[in-house]
Amino acid sequence: MKVLVCISNVPDTTTRVSFTDNNTKFNTQGVQFIINPYDELALTRALEITEKQGGTVTVVNVGLAETEPSIRKALAIGAHEAVRINAEPIDAFFVAEQIANYAKSENFDFILTGRESIDYNGGMVAGLLGEMLNMPSINVITAIDIENGVAKLERDIDGGREKLDCTLPFVASAQKELTEPRIPNMRGIMAARTKPLKVVEPNGSQANTQITSFELPAPKGACKMIDVADAGKLIELLHNEAKVI
Amino acid sequence: MKIIVFAENQDGNFKKSTFEAVSYAAQIAASNNGSVAAVSIGEVSNEKLAELGKYGADQVLTYTQDNFKTFSGEAYSKALAHATKNLNAELVIVSNTYSGKTIAPRTAAQLNAGIVSGVISFPEYSNGFKVRRTVFSGKSFADVAVNTSIKVLAITPNSFNIVESAKSAAIENMDAGIAIADIHTTSVEVARASGKIPLTEAELVVSAGRGMKGPENWHMIEDLAEVLGAATACSKPVSDMHWRPHSEHVGQTGITIKPNLYIAIGISGAIQHLAGVSASKVIVAINKDPEAPFFKAADYGIVGDAFEVLPKVLEAAKAFKSAQ
Repeated sequence: MKVLVCISNVPDTTTRVSFTDNNTKFNTQGVQFIINPYDELALTRALEITEKQGGTVTVVNVGLAETEPSIRKALAIGAHEAVRINAEPIDAFFVAEQIANYAKSENFDFILTGRESIDYNGGMVAGLLGEMLNMPSINVITAIDIENGVAKLERDIDGGREKLDCTLPFVASAQKELTEPRIPNMRGIMAARTKPLKVVEPNGSQANTQITSFELPAPKGACKMIDVADAGKLIELLHNEAKVI
Repeated sequence: MKIIVFAENQDGNFKKSTFEAVSYAAQIAASNNGSVAAVSIGEVSNEKLAELGKYGADQVLTYTQDNFKTFSGEAYSKALAHATKNLNAELVIVSNTYSGKTIAPRTAAQLNAGIVSGVISFPEYSNGFKVRRTVFSGKSFADVAVNTSIKVLAITPNSFNIVESAKSAAIENMDAGIAIADIHTTSVEVARASGKIPLTEAELVVSAGRGMKGPENWHMIEDLAEVLGAATACSKPVSDMHWRPHSEHVGQTGITIKPNLYIAIGISGAIQHLAGVSASKVIVAINKDPEAPFFKAADYGIVGDAFEVLPKVLEAAKAFKSAQ
């Protein structure tokens, strides 16, 4: 089994977001970067499957050299090898096209991504990649097993859950429940230092979209406090004042 | 300009988010001298299809071949791209639901179109094409320029009003010529909790955290939600401890929601949680800790123990509903 996991390098969830250059660039000053949490779940599940059934897991990232600590962490968690496509990840289309160009000749049995990155929340790479590689794409999966060459999957749907089967190869995006994250141990961290991390240059393709500016939401006005003895008054305020019920 | 809008249905009924998307497309068309074609995939009655005209569709294209009986990202996106090419449309609108998010990127790749998801504004045409979307799970907004001739937008549910217009839509049967061999997934089982309001589409949400002390106390949350007609949600620790299903987890690593009312009970308001709910129109925080960060993000606050506050709020809600 040959599996590809796409990882992105994102600001830690505790980050207080701010911008520089007249609100056109994300301010990375003092920001801790991590592997996108959903991608980490995808990686862990890929490892669980290949450990049971044999095979290798490759991680791929589209990013500049600054993403290498996250890639090394993916190797420490257990990925066998890594590829970094040396380019700024401008938009989902660009990223998917770069990964598709790389994956085309590698014959992966399946490809996993996270459900979305927690910075730009697009959730588009899995679908784009599926179409570009002419593979099915299954979003927000909460379970995956490969049995006799068929993938058994579960995915979130609006208001429920769907069980489905899929032939190989395919692309799927990981949802929270897929598995528990794995913390790298010392042996993994040592081994990661010598595992192959190949850097390849981007291949053509330009971005279709571009963020022109950012804006932070306006701060909330003062919170109207209701005395606990009078808690029922909340309903009246929500009806007459806020007009939401 | 021609606009295609994906009219998503569930078991033959159009969703609220579908009417929002059609209304959104119709408003863009109205300001551009354009027209709207709604694409319905799967079996929907003619009466319901015609209803799309009420929200501004000039035309309804319907794909009902056997390949569309169950959802498949491959088949559905091919139909949407087929309709777009057929009409030479320049703009494709889908709602950012689970299905919408699955087909939007595939459609965009087939059309070589720029795609923006999480859209919360109408397009701005003054200098090229720009839309606003949320980023950093609601911690910020970004204006995004799209430079392709065809554009795909996935709009956030609950962000746009449903607007009625008095159009009558012509219904046309279409065939995208999809072969069984084009579809690689087989649906085995679909399970939906009946009568529950999907969290992403809910206008009212009652949410709770560790302050509820255990899953056995959740009936209080469910009771209040039921009386108000709200969906239920929870914080990350609560879903991590399996008190509630992860599908109810709102926040940066859960679902981002945008209801009219979000009531947070026994949730302190960590930055990751606030990221997922801060776009709510009105926020109520109920917490026994007066220093809880949620009070800084809330419109209404009650400092008090959930077990003391909830019965009073529930009683008032019942009285309010029965008086209506």
